[in-house]
Amino acid sequence: MPEEVRSLSSGWGRALVFAYGVFAVAATGRSLVQLGTDAGKAPLAYSLSLVAAVIYLVATTCLLVGGPRAWKVAVVACSIELVGVLTVGALSYVATDLFPDKTVWSHFGQGYAYFPLFLPIAGLAWLRATRPERVAGH
Amino acid sequence: MTNWLEVLVYVIAGTAGVLAVVHLARNRPVEDGMFLLLGIAELLLLVQLVLGSIDLAHTDRDVSGTLFVSYLVGVTLVLPIGAFWSLAERTRAGTAVLLLAIVTVVALQLRLHSIWAGAGA
Repeated sequence: MPEEVRSLSSGWGRALVFAYGVFAVAATGRSLVQLGTDAGKAPLAYSLSLVAAVIYLVATTCLLVGGPRAWKVAVVACSIELVGVLTVGALSYVATDLFPDKTVWSHFGQGYAYFPLFLPIAGLAWLRATRPERVAGH
Repeated sequence: MTNWLEVLVYVIAGTAGVLAVVHLARNRPVEDGMFLLLGIAELLLLVQLVLGSIDLAHTDRDVSGTLFVSYLVGVTLVLPIGAFWSLAERTRAGTAVLLLAIVTVVALQLRLHSIWAGAGA
């Protein structure tokens, strides 16, 4: 492994942390505004926004903290995120009545230039490149 | 909202964005010129924060005040954080951070505009 893989937030991890941070703030803000102003309009969509926000926060924190445990939690968070964006993305096309208002993940993150679809893939790729045993072994 | 200010923000952010892509492609660390551009953009965004707040106080239209102000403030935070975050990594990844920050500013600015035009969350 190249020398720059020291921690989860150095090298390309730094760009990933920034992107995750932006989405953590964006999703948190959006879900709070949605739930605060008109929670009854689309409870499922708004709750999912909140779930997405929490997952982005967890992933950002794990990348910043680093270490084997944070690495494992980050893998779980990114996996849930990928499953979430794929499921919600597909459902928002098929079962439109479930989502009267949009979430971060609806239409595969179309409203956010498909970043929500790209982020977990980039996250998992980065976590694969920084596997603890691989870094410890070099 | 002040139109010339918005146009200037887009022009400068766009120029900085193109510059960042060129640096990314050529694998060169960004130079002082980039930070000068981002500094000018930040200055404009701070002026926008002041003028936008004044506009909001005087408008009769139905603009969601809290949302508008949180975007006005939010858009001023992205570049300083992004620049600071990229400085520790003066490689391609650092340039990518700057590019992401610029894209975020443009996205927030577009959103700010539509909130002013009356869109909700």
